[in-house]
Amino acid sequence: MPVEDVTPPHELKLKSNSAPPAGEVSGRDAKTALDPAAYDLWIEAGHTEKHYWLDLWRFRELLFILAWRDLAVRYKQTVAGVAWALLQPLASMLIMVLIFGKVAGFSGLPANSHAPYAIVVFAAMLPWNFFSAAMSRAGESIVGNANMISKIYFPRVIIPASSVIVSVVDFLISLGILAGLMAWYDFWPTSRVWALPVFTAMAGLASMGFGLFITALTVRYRDLRFVVPFIVQFGMWISPVAYPIEVVREKLGEAWFALYALNPLVGIIEGFRWAIVGGDTRLSWLNLLLSLVVSSAVFAGGVQFFRKTERRFADII
Amino acid sequence: MSEEIVIRVEGLSKKYILGQNQGQGTLRHIIQDVATAPLRALRRKTKGDTNNDAQKKAETPGEFWALRDVSFEVRKGEVVGIIGRNGAGKSTLLKVLSRITEPTAGRIGIKGRIASLLEVGTGFHPELTGRENIFLNGAILGMTRKEIRRKFDEIVAFSEVEKFLDTPVKRYSSGMYVRLAFAVAAHLEPEILVVDEVLAVGDLEFQKKCLAKMQDVATGGRTVLFVSHNLATVASLCSSAMHFHRGQCKLAGGTEEVIHAYLTELTQQPTETTSADRRPGSGEYRFRHIRPKKPIFYPQEPKVFEFEIDRLGGPVVSMYFMIEIRDLRGVIVTQCDSRLNGVWKQDFQHTRGEVVVDALWFQPGTYTVDAFIFVNGIIEKYEQACSFEVSTILPYPHSVPEECYARGSALSRFEWNFSETTETSKNDESETAAPGALNHGA
Repeated sequence: MPVEDVTPPHELKLKSNSAPPAGEVSGRDAKTALDPAAYDLWIEAGHTEKHYWLDLWRFRELLFILAWRDLAVRYKQTVAGVAWALLQPLASMLIMVLIFGKVAGFSGLPANSHAPYAIVVFAAMLPWNFFSAAMSRAGESIVGNANMISKIYFPRVIIPASSVIVSVVDFLISLGILAGLMAWYDFWPTSRVWALPVFTAMAGLASMGFGLFITALTVRYRDLRFVVPFIVQFGMWISPVAYPIEVVREKLGEAWFALYALNPLVGIIEGFRWAIVGGDTRLSWLNLLLSLVVSSAVFAGGVQFFRKTERRFADII
Repeated sequence: MSEEIVIRVEGLSKKYILGQNQGQGTLRHIIQDVATAPLRALRRKTKGDTNNDAQKKAETPGEFWALRDVSFEVRKGEVVGIIGRNGAGKSTLLKVLSRITEPTAGRIGIKGRIASLLEVGTGFHPELTGRENIFLNGAILGMTRKEIRRKFDEIVAFSEVEKFLDTPVKRYSSGMYVRLAFAVAAHLEPEILVVDEVLAVGDLEFQKKCLAKMQDVATGGRTVLFVSHNLATVASLCSSAMHFHRGQCKLAGGTEEVIHAYLTELTQQPTETTSADRRPGSGEYRFRHIRPKKPIFYPQEPKVFEFEIDRLGGPVVSMYFMIEIRDLRGVIVTQCDSRLNGVWKQDFQHTRGEVVVDALWFQPGTYTVDAFIFVNGIIEKYEQACSFEVSTILPYPHSVPEECYARGSALSRFEWNFSETTETSKNDESETAAPGALNHGA
């Protein structure tokens, strides 16, 4: 049982000052020295809020430099270099078109009939790849940069944030591929395309949110590193990437569909398809709203959780 | 040095939990924690923080207080040396000051920008070139890109790796790596600088360069906190010092005074087995103590250290012993491994003995002793186990100023012998009168 200490907190602090400090505090100094306003920064257990966001601004360049580092390192000593960034999404798309288009026959569906199936698939793959890559990368970012965590101070949230930025760059490259595809098929999108940044931002929020949870937990429970790839795989099947959302709606019925739509990616992918493919693909505003709410909630929760556990990182990592 | 206080530490304490489970346990606990946090915050506001503080200060088994109720002030422009044995809490103090880890109790007030150098080359990526790493490392240390660009040439010049700037750092020799890393760090310009023994890198030439740079920083009006085992550097760089022992600041004041107190502590070893537990090594046998037979020796006399060793764990057969004697700079003057004499010991419960170091003439000064027990691995590593002085009374027939002998690492018995000396005759003197005349003359 802890002993009940009766002296109130502020007196407790003054008492410990009676131990001889490095310099004698003269009368005049004692007054200014104890005046909290005389100092720019107080380091105390549990009181790091104010400075954190200021520091985040001060260290904003570090965010981009870390993202640049990850990108620069990727293609060092390779021959094809950046070309690899193009090949991977193209390859996945080709496989999808083959299997789900030709073999499973999705390309014959009415909802997909007015656009080249390759573009339909790509429209769903874009947000999914962005989300899953951002989430996975952010999820292992803290443990992957353990040496910095224990030796240098900067707001730790910069690390997962820089991972998301790397994924944004990959996303932009994929957008380039999409533009190439559209030129190839001579299929151009309508003005709905301007909604894309909104959907992308939602995907970014969601991936960062999940990423923050995962990376904060992974510091203490390293098992998560093995679990995350599995979760990502699972996630791909419960999001309308490989199959159109209409199929799900038919098969599940309204109640189960509502549950299915709690996955923020459902609304996001639907939005991407609507914006890119055009035609009379319906956009369920309800789904979109649900996505927005869930993404924001996950992001807010992720930031909260990360901030709370962040202070022990250097001790545990 | 102004009166302005730039660092104020009040009642600082830091507790670590020993063992694997640094957290509060299972996933369930975390979720529970997060869910009930608002409730607890509410309860805390109405009841007051007292319960928490008292609970925090009690030590339970499985916990380790790296810092215990530390309070001090640092004024602007001071260069403060922090000395103490390994495990005294010096690095933890720097970590808390650098905001890498949070204090468990107490607080620190800081006025001005703090930058810390706890390691050189943090964040260096082996695949990137030297140039790229300068920007990366600089940004991590807190410099803006503009700042780095401005100082780029200086940094490169200091590091002496101009030719290799565009090769990946993984190709650098370890010396080049460390020079580049230190060059970036040396060009930080914070108001308060906190440095942890990073000067112990590189070859001797480079160390001198680093020292000179530190000298610049120290005299340039910045406030510096400097942790080091190299007492000579502390003595030359620092205006004041603090001695840490087992998490507490035992003494703070003028550098000379504090260094003296630290060395005195080393020679007067209290016999404490608790401190032995914290020493590295598997611990089957531990030195109860190892002490010089006299506090001061003459340079040439045999240095004798008496010791006692206890067995604390399982039996070990065939162990051997070693002591290393270091000077104030941390340089190992001699290493005495018992294997060289074919001395091995078998299992024993307790033993007393002496190690005699003979036939080396020590320079006058202060020395510290590290003592070891080995089998295949390290059983006991007792660093800075004791210290002793060597007197300035030299074993040479003539007394001379210090410059005649102080530059060597040790003294020696030597002789100058001449043979076949030809005396100069009277005739030769006129021709060699003025060397300059030979040039002007015909």
